Amino acid sequence: MRVFDPHIHMTSRTTDDYQAMYDAGVRALVEPSFWLGQPRTSPASFLDYFDSLLGWEPFRAAQYGIAHHCALALNPKEANDPRCTPVLDVLPRYLAKDGVVAVGEVGYDSLTPAEDAALAAQLQLAADHGLPALVHTPHRDKLTGLRRTIDVVRESALAPDRVLLDHLNETTVKEAADSGAWLGFSVYPDTKMDVDRMVAILRNHGTTRVLVNSAADWGRSDPLKTRAVGDAMLAAGFTDDDVDQVLWRNPVAFYGLSGRLRLDLPTPQVLHEGNSLLRGGE
Amino acid sequence: MLTGAARIWLDSALTEAAARTPAWETHFVTAGRHCDPTHADSARTLLLRTAAADPATLTRLYHHGAAAERRAVLLALPSLVPGPEAVPLVEDALRTHDTTLIAAALGPYAATHLTPHTWRHALLKCLFTGVPVTAVAGLAERSAGDTELARMLADHAAELTAASRPLPADLSRVLALTTAAVTAPVEES
Repeated sequence: MRVFDPHIHMTSRTTDDYQAMYDAGVRALVEPSFWLGQPRTSPASFLDYFDSLLGWEPFRAAQYGIAHHCALALNPKEANDPRCTPVLDVLPRYLAKDGVVAVGEVGYDSLTPAEDAALAAQLQLAADHGLPALVHTPHRDKLTGLRRTIDVVRESALAPDRVLLDHLNETTVKEAADSGAWLGFSVYPDTKMDVDRMVAILRNHGTTRVLVNSAADWGRSDPLKTRAVGDAMLAAGFTDDDVDQVLWRNPVAFYGLSGRLRLDLPTPQVLHEGNSLLRGGE
Repeated sequence: MLTGAARIWLDSALTEAAARTPAWETHFVTAGRHCDPTHADSARTLLLRTAAADPATLTRLYHHGAAAERRAVLLALPSLVPGPEAVPLVEDALRTHDTTLIAAALGPYAATHLTPHTWRHALLKCLFTGVPVTAVAGLAERSAGDTELARMLADHAAELTAASRPLPADLSRVLALTTAAVTAPVEES
């Protein structure tokens, strides 16, 4: 089973996770930029983070035979902090980079006017740079947030079929599907979706335009949930081809809209004496 | 070999680089996806040479660059910067743990301009991170007669032996080079 995790925050994960993901079939992932748990206080902090998503993290991933791409953006939560919003002025320079396959995560957190402005501006940036957009739907007041998101997408220069609406669930999947966007589901140990509910949604809704991710980060989460969904789909009677569509071809098609996806990664690199990661650093 | 489309793109990008139009720096950024990653280093270094990028431009492109762009700047240094102005870029790359950057940093430019202390630590870093020392330019010339490097390597070997770890083959190779006769003046500063 080959797996593409379309949303995972590897910055917060260990090399053991990379190894376990490879062993589970993960060969590609997209790491969207997000809130780090600790609030940032300046654009410079974002730029170091973007550099890491374009340099250090792909390097780490390559050691374990996993192709790493990223999505860059000002995240919804920090869009409310005027110390952070000037990063939007520098974002175009980063959106030109080869490893960037989307603008994201953008969207709503608390549904504020500042979030309205950041979302609209970044959907425009996506259109300007030929990139699709990964749009987070809020944890609180999710259905209202989804409707407002869909309205902003409709008013934007970005076509709905270049938008992935993420963190969907039973209450938001229908309206999200009707909007013409791609449909993302985050499978978590406790919150968001779980494996069995995910299979039920796939049974009711079908596999078209559906992406499943682990959204694993610094909180309680599990980078192997993508594979667990694949196993549960097979156990529920879905075919290998259905699983491949959801866990590989759909994410490849969505992020492939950028024209920048490179999946021809060599097998895990072993330098002649091992390397700094495998050796535990200096 | 570049495909037809990539060749056409590169010819046009090189024309802009030669004229130093504002767009040439964007071409430097996007060369990877236009020329295929396997040709990205050569395409980018060719753009830098065609634009005859000066140290200030190289420094800006490096600091604004993703890892692949930084690597290209490092690879282009020997043909573009005769003096030590770009040493801070090499030192920046040597502080990373990205072996592709470390290897690119240790070309002929580093062999010419790094101080003995920095160069010795760079060499040890290769042994720690697994960058083959064959990637290091001027290895034999700079190692020859370097007793301080020999001491550092011997201490490192003792540390590995005490931990019952195998010695990297490159360690003995460089250690042997340090005892070779000095064939060229080794600058000490």
